[in-house]
Amino acid sequence: MRRLIHASASNSHGNMITSPTLVSETPTRRILRRFRADRIARVAVGIIIILALLAGGTALLSHFDHHWPCDPNVTNLEQKLLPPSSQHWLGTDNLGRDVLSRMLHGASISLTVGLIAVFVSLAIGLVVGAVAGYFGGLTDQILMRSVDALLCFPTFFLILTAVALLGPSLINIVVVIGFVSWTGTARLVRGEFLTLRETEYVKGARVLGENSWNIIIRHILPNATAPIFVTAVLGIPDAILTEAGLSFLGFGVQPPQATWGNIIADSKTYILDAWWLILFPGLAIFIASLSFYLAGDALREASESRS
Amino acid sequence: MTSFILRRLALSVVLLFIISIISFFIVTMTPGSPYPWGELNPKISAEVKANFRKKFHLDRPLHEQYAFIMHDLFTGDLRSMKDDRPVMARIMERLPATLALNLTSILISLSFGTLLGVYAARNAGRWQDMAASFGAFLFIALPGFWISYLTAIVLVKGFGVPILGTHSYGIAFPNDLAAGLDTIWHLLIPATILAVGGIASQSRYLRASMIGTLREDYIRTARAKGMPEETVLYKHAMRNSIRPLVTGIGMLLPAMIGGSVVIETIFAYPGMGRLGYEAVLERDYPTLVALNFVVAALVLLGNLVSDLLYAAVDPRVRLE
Repeated sequence: MRRLIHASASNSHGNMITSPTLVSETPTRRILRRFRADRIARVAVGIIIILALLAGGTALLSHFDHHWPCDPNVTNLEQKLLPPSSQHWLGTDNLGRDVLSRMLHGASISLTVGLIAVFVSLAIGLVVGAVAGYFGGLTDQILMRSVDALLCFPTFFLILTAVALLGPSLINIVVVIGFVSWTGTARLVRGEFLTLRETEYVKGARVLGENSWNIIIRHILPNATAPIFVTAVLGIPDAILTEAGLSFLGFGVQPPQATWGNIIADSKTYILDAWWLILFPGLAIFIASLSFYLAGDALREASESRS
Repeated sequence: MTSFILRRLALSVVLLFIISIISFFIVTMTPGSPYPWGELNPKISAEVKANFRKKFHLDRPLHEQYAFIMHDLFTGDLRSMKDDRPVMARIMERLPATLALNLTSILISLSFGTLLGVYAARNAGRWQDMAASFGAFLFIALPGFWISYLTAIVLVKGFGVPILGTHSYGIAFPNDLAAGLDTIWHLLIPATILAVGGIASQSRYLRASMIGTLREDYIRTARAKGMPEETVLYKHAMRNSIRPLVTGIGMLLPAMIGGSVVIETIFAYPGMGRLGYEAVLERDYPTLVALNFVVAALVLLGNLVSDLLYAAVDPRVRLE
């Protein structure tokens, strides 16, 4: 479909042909239609769904004390550092634990970190951006200068410092990542609010005496959802990569809980004997974040109003 | 121009004030003790502990602690809790390595990012553009620690190529040139890996702004005059599209310095990132606060310089 639109836009006769059924479609439907038409986006979303199902399924099974393919924390020193085989598809680590099982459990950690961290940063960014953009003036000045200040910090180092000092637990990690990464969302939301504040329907609502918070939540926010959703999707892989980096330095989610980052970190010493310990978890991080980035970018393209 | 610089400097002072407060509170409000020994270590007498607390003003209320740290930071009296050396001296001895690494890395991001961005923009909508975009996301999604670790392992253990540290050890170089090349070689690999994300983001920024510029009338005129396509792209179009690159550097700098923590650790590169990692491990509060402050000041300076450079290059920009 995207190709069709391109073709009609570049049509030298200049007649844009719009099919009559498309005229009445809602913005959300239009975005979804264009998103679905993107082949890369479909593959990316497919990978994300598979990952989510695998992670969710593993977590659910282990909740009922069933493990597939193995228990991720059962050690077996007779089977340590085995290369990939039919019994252990992705090999075993230095304690004889099955790497595939550990990676499946790590998947749920990575996805959880990504989702919750984004949720935290979205919550802060939305409130700050909306207040700054809607009320303007001194409030805007103070909030945006704080955003500028936060943008000067070496991001990863700030997160590392806070997590290390607070103690590396899952909840601390997601909260810290969320608290450090809301600046982009705040700036974006503020920008949207600055524009939407001047629209007729907002002015109308104000003239009718509606409460500011009502206007913000019921009139402006729904019209700014698309770009906000895009930054949220693009924030997920950022959080996943950050957690992996923290794990590598020893400040991620702590062992024995497996995460993609700490499987790599724990295998540092065996790297020459066991390439599978560093290759597969790294690939998992890479493919998961790539899928989120591609899906987010396709969504951004689909939601942009031109063509 | 002068008034612009003055106002920017005034704003920077305000920002640095906010930054110092944030980093101070992150460091001091967290639970746990900053002692170089364990809190419950029985071998340390109460007197030694009290002296330590007094020396680093830990017995004072928070706002006074903050005032002491900032005062000492500016007078140069701020000392590390770890080795009692002045913090600024510890940072300054790491500064050249950090600057070399990050500036090289920015140079690499800019040059390759530009090439990739222009390539994508001139082929906008075609498969080359799709491939370039895909490649950019491939780069962003690469976990930096993973790829540096793989590189270090493959090169050092696999092929015996020396890349760790700032220069090769145990080799007598025949002359200064060889030694200099060796240093550059040690700089180049971490800088390239650090630049990977920057290449990707810079190429995306440039692509977006180039596509807009290439629709302009003067581009059509230049092409109609029969100008070589390279001249049209790199002279006419690019000059008018680099604004996002300039702002991009401002966004890139903090990410790079933060990211260099991991890369400097893996490549044993003696920069500020590794100093920060060590300070985190040692809970060395004065070093942490000072380090955040210095990095933020560097970032603000970098932003100011890039704005000035941009105004110097583009006569349409007036700094007011």
